[in-house]
Amino acid sequence: MTAVSDRRQLAYIAAQAADARVNVELEAEGMTLNIGPQHPATHGTLRIVARLDGEQVIEADPIMGYMHRGYEKLAEVRTYPQVTTLINRIDWLGSFANEVPFILAAEQLMDIEAPPRAQHIRTILFEMARIANLTLFLGDMGVQLGAVTPVFYAFRDREHILNQIEAATGGRFHPNFDRIGGLKDDLPAGWVAETKESLGHITKFCNLMDDLLIGNEIFEARTRGIGVVPADVALSYGLSGANVRASGVDWDLRRDNPVGLAYDKVDWKVWTHPDGDSFARYWVRLQEVRESVKIVEQLLDTIPSGPIMAKVPRIIKVPEGEAYVETENPLGVMGYYVVSKGGLNPFRVKIRSASFSNMSITPWLLKGTYVPDVITILASLYFILGDIDR
Amino acid sequence: MTDTTTEAPDDEVVETDEAREALLEAIGSEFGDAIIETHLVPGRDLWIRIDPAAWADTATYLRNRQRFRFFNWLSAIDWMPSPFGRSMDSEVDKLVGAVDEEEAAEEEEAGTGYAGGATRFQIVARVHNLSTLQGLTLKADIGDADASAESLSIGTWTHEYPGANWHEREVYEMYGISFEGHPGLRKLYLPGDFEGHPLRKDFPLLARIVKPWPGIVDVEPMPELPEKPEPAAAGDTAAEAPADAPSTENPEDTQ
Repeated sequence: MTAVSDRRQLAYIAAQAADARVNVELEAEGMTLNIGPQHPATHGTLRIVARLDGEQVIEADPIMGYMHRGYEKLAEVRTYPQVTTLINRIDWLGSFANEVPFILAAEQLMDIEAPPRAQHIRTILFEMARIANLTLFLGDMGVQLGAVTPVFYAFRDREHILNQIEAATGGRFHPNFDRIGGLKDDLPAGWVAETKESLGHITKFCNLMDDLLIGNEIFEARTRGIGVVPADVALSYGLSGANVRASGVDWDLRRDNPVGLAYDKVDWKVWTHPDGDSFARYWVRLQEVRESVKIVEQLLDTIPSGPIMAKVPRIIKVPEGEAYVETENPLGVMGYYVVSKGGLNPFRVKIRSASFSNMSITPWLLKGTYVPDVITILASLYFILGDIDR
Repeated sequence: MTDTTTEAPDDEVVETDEAREALLEAIGSEFGDAIIETHLVPGRDLWIRIDPAAWADTATYLRNRQRFRFFNWLSAIDWMPSPFGRSMDSEVDKLVGAVDEEEAAEEEEAGTGYAGGATRFQIVARVHNLSTLQGLTLKADIGDADASAESLSIGTWTHEYPGANWHEREVYEMYGISFEGHPGLRKLYLPGDFEGHPLRKDFPLLARIVKPWPGIVDVEPMPELPEKPEPAAAGDTAAEAPADAPSTENPEDTQ
């Protein structure tokens, strides 16, 4: 770790020197650079208005809303089962994971619990959504640094997981498979063996990324000591998921509050990294995919038998009350605050999406960075615009 | 200060929740009368409704003295029943029984959630303590009961939780509630000249008004289905319903 802190110190000194030089030599008013709305580093359409002094960002102001779809308003005029169709599309790369916290919140209000088999399969699909989501990140990060190869491996190997999600749910990206009280269907025949096989591709992919990017001199130089987020700042901005674990905070809802999911039945590890830089965020996510593979492998061996639906009324009416349920989604903590006044529709749904909070740190984080690093930092924070704009 | 407690309807019913009760006591001794109402679900969650005048201080106290370091989210609720109903009053909805007037009336009479509320608008925020893994939901009424909906304001949390910045901007544009001391209160998602506050209940959802749900003009007549025998002990539970046999009447199914 000494090498890292040395490098960090060097980067700090270099930044100080650059500050002095820029301020003396170029007393510029500052120039405004528009990054986006269409840019591959942003999964969706995000515009960043950056005021520059030379190569350095003085001020960065993210402008979103290009994809605002008003799900909180739309949910108020839909029945509870209809809402899952909408919320699938929030984080479109990890769609099944979006449905789970909402369904759990509705179940909590209705005081029903899904049978063990349904909880088990939910957890499997949840983790597979995480693998599909993070695999793309692991490859995409390379693209932002000029290494185009990893993303092709990512698309190739993610397909195996998406195929399995499709085989079980019928949808590659929008499964709409979770139901209040259980699941829509049981697993198809032969699915377990096929899924085990597809997980092998992901393990190989992780090793490949280890070889291609981790330890690569360019990758390390562009990510080590760049975009450092201290733990306390991360928490006060509401960062969650791998972003906060990369700052050394040992907090994972899968371990710490596994409501309605089967994480307590498997053996796995929460990884953290002390550095808080772009590299740490990449490294933590790489380990997380490996852990997810472990979780799914163990769960596949122990699927309990039994029904996949609890006894649920045909017309779902949720009694009066309020519930907040959050889960550890691929992008971070996602939660739904559901207010019910009794009846068929939720009265108010507040969607706490991970990327919204993860992204809110950017005005602070991008200040003083260099333009090429802006892209790396944004990519390493890893957000999906649908998850910001909702 | 009134307290309400509901039993957690889990299998392992937690009778008492010492950690949350201790927290409630600590906050109570700090803020005294500023705490209007609380609601505790043992083993699950805690709601506290606080005087809006003490809203900003609550953040300082919770973050620095109670170590609620993680800022989760901040939002608002408009408790007015929607004047547009559920926008489900199309002919099809009446047929399937989705519109129930009695139920709608009940809904209108329903209260204002856990820990109560006296005004139309309420602000809700949630913070977490990561060492004790406790979450806490805070609420505050906005304005007086008869304050005009145009002049609503409350103290900001951005001095303690910089992450509240965007959440408060979202509430500002969606509900028209302004935050005193916010460093840059402007619209977050919507264009600058957008009029109205979309998440208020009296803001019409135009998509539903332009085209009635679920789009009655699109409904095609269903092919005649054979009478299905009712299963013996069907009741009204979906779990016991048998898988639907494919209809032989529909020519597409038999292809």
